[in-house]
Amino acid sequence: MTVSDVLLTAVGLVAVGAALAVVMTEHLVRAGLWLVVTLGAIAVEFLLLRAEFAAWVQVLIYVGAVVVLLLFAVMLTRAPIGPSPDLDRPLGPALLVGAGTGLGLSTLFVWVFADRQVAVPETGSAQRLGEAIFADWVLPFEVLSVLLLAALIGAIVLSRREGAS
Amino acid sequence: MNPTLADFGKDVWWIVLIKIVAVFVFLVVMTLFTIWYERRVVARMQVRPGPNRHGPFGLLQSLADGLKLAFKEDIMPLKADRVVFFLAPVISTVCAFTAFAIMPFGPFVSIFGQRTPLQLTDIPVAVLLVLATSGLGIYGIVLSGWASGSTYPLLGGLRSSAQMISYEVAMGLSIVAVFMSAGTMSTSEIVTKQADSNWYAILLLPSFVIYAISAVGETNRAPFDLPEAESELVGGFHTEYSSLKFALFFLAEYINMVTVSGLAVTLFLGGWRMPFLPDWLNQGWWGALWFTIKVLILLFMFVWLRGTLPRLRYDQFMKFGWKVLIPANLVWILVLAGVKTVNAHAPQQRWYWIGGAFALVLLAAIFWPSKKDSPKPTLEQEVAARPAGSFPVPPLDLQVPVSPRAQRITAEREVV
Repeated sequence: MTVSDVLLTAVGLVAVGAALAVVMTEHLVRAGLWLVVTLGAIAVEFLLLRAEFAAWVQVLIYVGAVVVLLLFAVMLTRAPIGPSPDLDRPLGPALLVGAGTGLGLSTLFVWVFADRQVAVPETGSAQRLGEAIFADWVLPFEVLSVLLLAALIGAIVLSRREGAS
Repeated sequence: MNPTLADFGKDVWWIVLIKIVAVFVFLVVMTLFTIWYERRVVARMQVRPGPNRHGPFGLLQSLADGLKLAFKEDIMPLKADRVVFFLAPVISTVCAFTAFAIMPFGPFVSIFGQRTPLQLTDIPVAVLLVLATSGLGIYGIVLSGWASGSTYPLLGGLRSSAQMISYEVAMGLSIVAVFMSAGTMSTSEIVTKQADSNWYAILLLPSFVIYAISAVGETNRAPFDLPEAESELVGGFHTEYSSLKFALFFLAEYINMVTVSGLAVTLFLGGWRMPFLPDWLNQGWWGALWFTIKVLILLFMFVWLRGTLPRLRYDQFMKFGWKVLIPANLVWILVLAGVKTVNAHAPQQRWYWIGGAFALVLLAAIFWPSKKDSPKPTLEQEVAARPAGSFPVPPLDLQVPVSPRAQRITAEREVV
């Protein structure tokens, strides 16, 4: 175990713990804040793996924009200060679904990646990421762009009032 | 000899410590100075003296204000979320300070015999770090608005988060052109690139204009200071804050001004270099002086704007950001990318390409469907268009007849 391994594990634990806190807390806005901690911890994991560009983009997009918008929407609709007791669902089914998904995913990952050695490449730069996206993965990238565009237009169509043309 | 990325991360620990303290002191002193500077300049524009009692020219005024704030009662609203209420100003201030870590103040200098670049640190994606910290800074404002547990701060916080996210998009897009021209995101290398070619403010003028506008929106300054529009929202997100917590928000706002000015200097105005100067004046510690002078000039622009322009209406402001700045920016990036591609691949046929593109734009402009004015509905149509059971309202352009009394008064005045 090197220092980097120890740090990776520690930050990973922080991410998982914060993710648990997201679903356990009774405060609506604090759940959003725990989500910020989770996503921030994932950004730190990227940094530890020397993917600087991915790390800062993670902070910029997910922490800086997506969760802010999420909190924004929550505050526009309802954001009581203090606990909201109606957030919890029955524990049994939730445990079943959560544990099932978690176990399934972890067995899948262990099964696929268990004996694969991945060399940590040198510092991840914007150039290398750009080459990978726009040369090797250009089709998935374009498909995702079209999907996002469709979602965007769909949101506008849904939010337009009827007959307000 | 210009600093490159390879020169960073090699300092001794006490050099790093000195640099951190220096950046901290620089920002705090700049804040104290800028508050005084702003009040004096605005006063000058409004033909009044401004603060001139404390110290020479009133220079100690902001220090006195700061001390006064520190001794005020720290009020915690009864309905506030205590943890978040405390955390919000801390987030704001920490993010504001962090962004300055990658500002290049100058080239290599010697500090106690150690040769080191005059910059705390630099990373390959340094400019993204500034954008990311300003993105995180939004949390300070949103959370302070929410955690206060009262209506005006909540509205102010929501407004300001919407505003900052919108203008951050425009700001990020305006920087893209700089990345494309410089081929790097490290601040020290962008400064070096501008020494080789020219200031990007000249080469990429549209980007600079968009950056300057969105920087004002991003820092919540007049004429875009809607989050704290006093006439609508009392004090905006910090209405419930007092004492040192309020001082932290104040500090963060002024540091953000210094940061966006510093970033503008670094990305567009040649960084710490001053043109038309002999070489020995562009070396060592001189850089810090030129950098500070440029930042002060940009801060003067901020104050000038505040003294000149009235505040925009919120919908005009958002419409301007999304419907003017961002599309203009995207078109400009497209044009720039086209020019760069043609220059790189077919420099001989450059004029054919430019002519072709020009012809295309011209054709599009000629055949663009003109916007027809929608016919004005008559009174009957307006009434018929109302949903069933709605309250009867007068038509929008109802002409209220002038009362006979007012008519008589006007007539009498005209006779006299």
